[in-house]
Amino acid sequence: MGPAFSIEKVYRRSQDVVARDIQGEFILIPITSGIAEAQDEIFSLNETGRLIWERIDGKKNLKQISDGLKQDYSENSQDIEADVCGLTEELLKRKMVEEVTNN
Amino acid sequence: MDDTPYISIEKTTTTSLWKNRQPSLLGQLDMELTERCNNNCQHCYINLPEDDLRAKSKELSLPRIKEILRDAVSLGCLRVRFTGGEPLLRPDFSEIYLAARRMGLKVLVFTNATLVTPELARLFSEVPPLEKIEVTVYGMRRESYEQVSRKPGSFSAAQNGIDLLLRHKVPFMVKGVVLPANKSEMEEFSLWARKFPGIDYPPAHAIFFDLNCRRNEKRNRLIKALRIKPEEGVEIITRDRSGYLKSMKQFCAKFMAAGGENIFCCGSGSGGASVDAYGVLQPCLLLRHPDVVYDLEKGSLRDAMENFFPAMRRRKSDNAEYLARCARCFLKGLCEQCPAKSWMEHGTLDTPVEYHCDIAHLQARYMGLIGENELAWEVVDGKSRVEKFVNQDEQPAPA
Repeated sequence: MGPAFSIEKVYRRSQDVVARDIQGEFILIPITSGIAEAQDEIFSLNETGRLIWERIDGKKNLKQISDGLKQDYSENSQDIEADVCGLTEELLKRKMVEEVTNN
Repeated sequence: MDDTPYISIEKTTTTSLWKNRQPSLLGQLDMELTERCNNNCQHCYINLPEDDLRAKSKELSLPRIKEILRDAVSLGCLRVRFTGGEPLLRPDFSEIYLAARRMGLKVLVFTNATLVTPELARLFSEVPPLEKIEVTVYGMRRESYEQVSRKPGSFSAAQNGIDLLLRHKVPFMVKGVVLPANKSEMEEFSLWARKFPGIDYPPAHAIFFDLNCRRNEKRNRLIKALRIKPEEGVEIITRDRSGYLKSMKQFCAKFMAAGGENIFCCGSGSGGASVDAYGVLQPCLLLRHPDVVYDLEKGSLRDAMENFFPAMRRRKSDNAEYLARCARCFLKGLCEQCPAKSWMEHGTLDTPVEYHCDIAHLQARYMGLIGENELAWEVVDGKSRVEKFVNQDEQPAPA
């Protein structure tokens, strides 16, 4: 079981991952061990994933991120929330993002 | 918004990230962190003494190395190879390594492992390089190892380094060299190498040695004396006959054709480059001809990759011997003759290298591509011979 997940929570990008755009390919490169399952894995994000990744800023919660995306893109709001939550859950599972707690 | 998976896992060892996109201006950068080495291997092309203070004083500083790495990243570089000499000789190696990893670079380290400490092994474990560390091993016993390394205590230091990598679960592979001192240990080495986690293939061996990187005549006399005869070398690489022929069919299908008058038929200076220990950019790890190297203190990595190396790559040969032989030879892809080898052997960019020419001809005879007395550059139907070899089911008898 991964950490408890909620759309009301705020997440930030882990310092142990470097995001790079190489020739239009958006990749996440783990710096420390324990992020990738194998020692030679890196991760590639699609366009949606990249948009969401860039908005996970440690300040807005996932609901606010979804609302921001709804304003910028005329997509079905349920689809956007599903995308934001789906990706964040995956990133959380892989320790590429972490929950921001108030204390 | 997008139907593809948000996130996909790529194996850095097998994936070309840019797939159908234009490759980066600089996909890989090699950095020789020093030309010095704590070993003094008989055959080595780049091993100034560890205590060579003159060389040490000229080496790039840590801030300058970081700058070069940052420039490389800005050009799309994904992988840096730290080599030497012995890169771990630098007291700031850990900082260099961490800086590269923090910039999002995969790091390949070439080392003899003798200087691996518990701290360094822990660092490799906690901040993995994303590439297997490559450890060269010079012998299976102290006597053979140290006859090559000419450094007392180096065998046990290397064993200790390998043990540390194992204990900290750092992925690595071992490579061998074939020298008179250790030739009889080849099979033993292969069996030993396969015991390590993740290695289920025969280890690579350096068999045909390069001459000294700075064209040092004294070192070259020794290297030439140690070089294996082409016949014996080819006998070694064809030991696994069916494996050799299978891989050569795949190779020949892609790379066998005469190169014409262009000097640069290789990938040198295209998508990759190499920085020497003093900040001079070379088109590849071996090529130091003064006409084709670029001083990074006076220019930029971008300028070198965008302008200097592309102009270099357009150079054509006016050497009659090269034009009569190498330019017409359908074994060009098989032969190790290249501008770097020409530079190391002759000080030029385009001179045939007899040692490599002999090796290529022997291999071609083994594959049945040429007859006993044929010279490959005189063959006019090379293309169809290659096609026949690639498509034949049965294996030709050795020449």
